[in-house]
Amino acid sequence: MTIAPQSPTEVAPSDLVTVSVDGIEVRVPKGMLVIRVAELMGIEIPRFCDHPLLDPVAACRACLIEIEGQAKPQPACAIAVTDGMIVRTQRTSLMADAAQEGVMEFLLLNHPLDCPVCDKGGECPLQNQAMTTGRPTSRFEEEKRTFEKPINVSAQILLDRERCVSCARCTRFADQIAGDPMLELLERGAAQQVGIAPDQPFDSYFSGNTIQICPVGALTSSLYRFRARPFDLVSTPTTCEHCASGCSLRTDVRRGVITRRLAWDDPEVNEEWNCDKGRFAFVYTHEGRIASPLVRENGELRPASWPEALDVAARGLAAARGRAGVLTGGRLTREDAYAYAKFARVAMGTGDIDFRSRVASDEEAQFLASSVAGMPLGPTYADLDSAPVVLLVGLEPEDESPIIFLRLRRAAQKKGVRIVSLSPVRTRGIDKMDAQWWACQPGGEAIALRHILGGEKAADTLAALRQPGAVILVGERMAGVPGALSAAAELASSTGARLGWVPRRAGERGALDAGALAGLLPGGRPADDPRAREEVAAVWGVEPSSLPPGGRDGQSLMDAIVAGAQVDALLVAGVEVADHEGAEDLRRALDKVPFVVALTTHHNEVTDVADVVFPVAVVAEKAGSFTDWEGRNKPFSAAIHGAQSVADGRVLAMIADAMDVSFGSGEVVALRAELDRLGRWTGARVAAPTVAPSVPGVHGSVALATWRLLLDAGALQEGEPHLAATARPTEALMGADTARALGLAQASAVVISTDKGSIELPVRIADVVDGAVWVPMSSEGSRLLSIGARHGSAVRVTGRTA
Amino acid sequence: MTPLTPIITAHWDVPDYFTLEGYRRHGGYVALPKALGMDPDAIIGTVKDTGLRGRGGAGFPTGLKWSFVPQNDGKPHYLVVNADESEPGACKDVPIMIANPHALVEGVIISSYAIRANHAFIYIRGEVPQAIRRVATAVREAEQAGLVGDNILGSGFSLRITVHSGAGAYICGEETALLDSLEGYRGQPRLKPPFPATHGLYAVPTVVNNVETITNIPWIINNGVEWFRQFGTEKSPGFKVFSISGHVARPGIYEAPLGITMRELLDYAGGVVGGDGTVKFWIPGGSSVPMLTADHLDTPMTYEAMAEAGTMLGTGTPMVFNNTVSVVKAVTRWLEFYKHESCGKCTPCREGTYWITGVLERFEHGHGTDADMDLLVEVCGNIAGRSFCALGDAAATPYPGALKYFRDEFEAATRTPVDEAFPPAASYIFGEVAAR
Repeated sequence: MTIAPQSPTEVAPSDLVTVSVDGIEVRVPKGMLVIRVAELMGIEIPRFCDHPLLDPVAACRACLIEIEGQAKPQPACAIAVTDGMIVRTQRTSLMADAAQEGVMEFLLLNHPLDCPVCDKGGECPLQNQAMTTGRPTSRFEEEKRTFEKPINVSAQILLDRERCVSCARCTRFADQIAGDPMLELLERGAAQQVGIAPDQPFDSYFSGNTIQICPVGALTSSLYRFRARPFDLVSTPTTCEHCASGCSLRTDVRRGVITRRLAWDDPEVNEEWNCDKGRFAFVYTHEGRIASPLVRENGELRPASWPEALDVAARGLAAARGRAGVLTGGRLTREDAYAYAKFARVAMGTGDIDFRSRVASDEEAQFLASSVAGMPLGPTYADLDSAPVVLLVGLEPEDESPIIFLRLRRAAQKKGVRIVSLSPVRTRGIDKMDAQWWACQPGGEAIALRHILGGEKAADTLAALRQPGAVILVGERMAGVPGALSAAAELASSTGARLGWVPRRAGERGALDAGALAGLLPGGRPADDPRAREEVAAVWGVEPSSLPPGGRDGQSLMDAIVAGAQVDALLVAGVEVADHEGAEDLRRALDKVPFVVALTTHHNEVTDVADVVFPVAVVAEKAGSFTDWEGRNKPFSAAIHGAQSVADGRVLAMIADAMDVSFGSGEVVALRAELDRLGRWTGARVAAPTVAPSVPGVHGSVALATWRLLLDAGALQEGEPHLAATARPTEALMGADTARALGLAQASAVVISTDKGSIELPVRIADVVDGAVWVPMSSEGSRLLSIGARHGSAVRVTGRTA
Repeated sequence: MTPLTPIITAHWDVPDYFTLEGYRRHGGYVALPKALGMDPDAIIGTVKDTGLRGRGGAGFPTGLKWSFVPQNDGKPHYLVVNADESEPGACKDVPIMIANPHALVEGVIISSYAIRANHAFIYIRGEVPQAIRRVATAVREAEQAGLVGDNILGSGFSLRITVHSGAGAYICGEETALLDSLEGYRGQPRLKPPFPATHGLYAVPTVVNNVETITNIPWIINNGVEWFRQFGTEKSPGFKVFSISGHVARPGIYEAPLGITMRELLDYAGGVVGGDGTVKFWIPGGSSVPMLTADHLDTPMTYEAMAEAGTMLGTGTPMVFNNTVSVVKAVTRWLEFYKHESCGKCTPCREGTYWITGVLERFEHGHGTDADMDLLVEVCGNIAGRSFCALGDAAATPYPGALKYFRDEFEAATRTPVDEAFPPAASYIFGEVAAR
C-alpha cells in the first residue's frame, strides 16, 4: 500500500470545498481526488491502478464509488471533488459495494492464485483486497488464460503475465517517472500483456521501482525471486549508502542476511522511488567480508585477537604521533567520519586528513570550506521544483544522483522548470529532463561560466539566474577543472542563485561537515581560527593549543611522503586505491610509510600492505547517518541486528583507549551528541577560490569527457550479475565531425591513449562536442585513472575497424 | 406507407457519382460557396436548429457538440470524421464513402469552416480499401479543384484533409481511442474529462463526427432548417440511411425519414425470407443494442421510440433473423466479437467478456445450467455501467436482451446443443439472393 504525499503547504481557505463522504462532511482542497479525500478520512477504497505519484487512468475500476446525482458508479481515483459533492463509498452504498465486489471477482478470474509460491504472497494488495472486497468463493468454472512464466523483461526484472491485472502502473512509471518507456501493454482484451520490444530490454536505472509498485506478483527480481516470504523478513528503515541523493530505503533481512531493499517513503527526498543500484547492490554486505582483526607478521597477515590488534595499532600510532595521516574515503557515515576527524587530531596529533578518494584539488578544498562545509540545508529538492532555472555544471544527474534526475525531470515536465546543462555530451538524461544542452569542451566549463558571468553568452540564462530561487548545481568532476568551482561560486554570489555541490558518494558531505578534511574542523570551522579551535577543544576536552595546525590534504600528503617527508603512520578507512587520482603516489606512499592501519570490510590494495587490519561493520550493520547533497541529515539504525562487526567509530575509540587517549566511547549516540554540541560554524569563512580558468586541450589531441556511470565497476556493486547486466554499454562516444576529422568515421573501436597506457573501446557516434571523446570513467575495461586520464585530459585517439 | 426519401442516396445509380464531375452534375459543391459566405457561428446555429443528431449510434445533437468548441482560444482546432464503421450489422458509412465520397468531403469542408478547423482527418476502417481509395481520390480531386487547400474559393479559409486508415480495431470507433490511434498510440479510450471538445486530437479542441452526420451538412446548408425538419419527428428530425441485412429478400440501403417503422422497411426490403417467413428477432442498430421481436415491428425508428421499447436506434442498421436462427448462437457470436475486440484497458470489459463467452459457449454445446442463466445476468450487470467506455456497456447488452424474450431457448440449451435444435443449414439462403 502506498501513502499519499503530505501536502507540504497550507491551503488558503478560499481553495477549500466541502464534501460529504459516507455522511461525514469534510473541507478539503478543491480538485483533490475522491480516493485521496477518503484516505485522509481513514476510509480505505480498494485500488490497483491508482498510485498517488502517477497520473490517474481509472482502468482497473476497483475503486468505484457512488456520487449523488450520478446514475453509474464512478472511479474514486479519477474524480476530483467539487463543492457540495456527496460521496458514498462501499461503507454506505450498496451500488459501490456491489460494483467493487464485481470488479474484484473479475480480477480474480484469470489470476492463477499461485499465492503459495508467489513472492508477493503476504504483502499483496490483490490478496488483501480480495479478502476485504471479494467473494468468499469463485463462480468462474471456465478455463483460465495461461502464459509462459516468467519471462525476462530485463536481466533483473521478471514478468509473470498470468498474475498481471493490467493496472499499467509499471508502464506508467516507466513512461511518466523514469522517462524510459520501454515497457508497454501489448495485445488486446484478455490477451493484453505487459511486454517489451524485441531485443530492447527494460534496462532502466529505475526498473526496480516497477516491482515495488506492482499490486500483484507479476513483476519480480532475479535477485529476490523465491528467496523469502515477507513475514520472515525483519524490516528496518535505512538510508542508501550508494550516492549523495539521500534515499530513504527499507532494508529487509532474513536470518542476518539482506535479501532485498525497497524504496521507502520520504516525500522531501526520494518520494517513493529509488534507483536500481540502491535497490539491488547489497550483495557485498555478506560476501567476502574480513572476519577478524589481522596483524602482519613476517610479511604475512595473520588473524589476531582484538586485544592484540588494538595493542599493535595503538603502539604504532602512538609512536607516530604528529607524523601521521588519515584517509577516510567518502563512504563513511557522518558519525564515523567525525570519529576519524577527532581521532586524527586528538590521538594522532595530525591535521593531515582527507575524505576525497577521487579527483580533487586545492581549489576544491577552498571551495568546500568557503561555500559548503557546515552550511545549513539547501538548496533542496523542493527548491528544484520551483526554480526559475536550474543550471547543471559538470553534473549528469541520471548517472551521478538519480533522484535529482527524477526531480528535475518532473519539475521540467509538470512545472515547466527550465534546466540548462553545461556538458560535453548531449545525453539521454538531458533529453529526458527536457533540458537545454549547452555544449562545452571537457575542461572548458570554467571558461563557459566566465562567458555567462561576462554576459558574452547566454544572456537569458544569466537573467534567469538572477531571478529568486534559481539554482546552480555543480558536479564532483569540477574539482578537476581549474577555475570551474571559482567561477561557479562567483556566478552564484553575483546573481543570488543558490549553489549546490553534488558529490557522488553518500558520505562525502557528512565527512566534510564532520571535519574530515585538512584545514577544517567539525561544523565547517576553519582550523586556523582561534575561536573555532576553542569551540572544538572545549567539546573534545583538550587544550586549544594541543590541536594540530590545519594540515595537508591527501594529495599533498602523498606528494610529501613520496618526496621523503617524515610520515610514520597512515590510518586508512575503506578506500579503493584505484579511485585516487594519484593512485600511483598513494601506492608508493603506502609502501614507504612504515606503519599502516586499515579499517575495512573487504580486502583491498590497502590491506595488501597494512600492518594491522580491523574488520568493521558495513552500513547495514550499524546505526549512523548520511548527509545528502542538500545538507539534509538522514539518520538510520542498524538493519542487521546482532551483527558481530563493530563500527569504525567504536574501533577508533578502542584504539584510543589502548593509547590512553581520552576519546569517549565512540558509540554512535556519543558521537552524534558531540556533533550536536559542536553545531555549525557561524563565524567568518575563508573566501571562495578565485582560480583563473585555464584553456583546456593540447594541440593535436582530443579532450576527454568522462564521469562514472551509475552502474559500473564500483566495489559495492560486486556479486550482483543481474544488476550489472542492465548497465549501459562500455563504449566511447564521439561527434560525427570529430570522428571524420580524426579519420575514424569507419572505426568500430577506438584506442584512447596517454603516456601511461591505453584502453580500447567500441565507438558510437553521438552528440558530443567537437574535439572531444566521452568514455565511462570507471567501468570494466575503461578505468581511466589507471591511464592517468580524467575529465578534461588531453588524450590520443586512434581507430580500429572491425 | 411512409415513402422512402432518397437524398444522400438519390444519385447512387449514376455511374460516375463518386467523381467530382459526377457529383457536381447532380448539385454537388453548391452548398460550399454558400456556407463560406456565411458566418461560421450561423452555420453552427443552423445545424443546431435542425436538431440533427449524431448518426454514429449515440445520437448526440451535432450542433450542440460543435458549440462546445471554445472559440478565439488561439489554438488550432480539428475536425475528425469517425469512419471506423465496424459494429456488427452496420453497413451504411462504407457505402456512403464508396458511392458519395464528395458529399462527405463537402460536408467536411463546411463543418471545418464552422468550427474553425484548418485540418480535418477522416479515420477510415482499414478493412475497406475501396472506401479509403474513393475518399482519398475525392480529397485529391477537391484539392486540385481548389475546394480543399489554401484560401478555398477566395474565402480566406484554408483546410487540409488527411485520410487515415485504421488498423482493424473495433475500439478505435470509440472517439477518444480513435484520437489516440490517430496520434500513433495504441487505440484505447481516454479518461474523460477532459472531453475532445476542449482536449481532443493533440490536446486541442476537436470535433469527432460520424460519416453520415457530416454527409448531411451540404443538404442542410442548401435547403435549410425548415426543409430538414419536415422529415422525421420533433426529437428525431431528418432522414436516415438505413442498412438492412439478414433474412430479407433485398438486403441493402434504404433512405427514409426517421419514424418509419421496421414493418415498412421490411416491406421495402421484400419481406422475410427463409424459415417460416416471419421475423423471430431483430436488432435496430448494431449488435450493441438490445434485440426486439415481431411484436415491435410497428415501433417508429426514432431515438425516443426505440428507447421506450427498451433498446436504442444505434446506427440505424437493422439485422433481421427468421425462426431458423438460434438466439443462443447469435448472442454467443456477438459476445465472441466483443471478447476479441475488448481493448483490455478496463477490468469489467476485459474479464467480463472472457467469462460470458466461456459460459455461452457451454450453452451452445448444450452444457449450460439454470444457475448459469442467472450468473450471466449478474456478470452482465457487473459490466454495464462499470466499464471504462461504452463498448463495455455494449458487450453487456445482447444477453439480457435475448433472455428477456427467449429464456426458453437458453433453458433448452442446458440440454440440447443449439446446432441440433437449430441446424445451421436451415438458415442458409441461396436462391432468394440469386432471384434479386
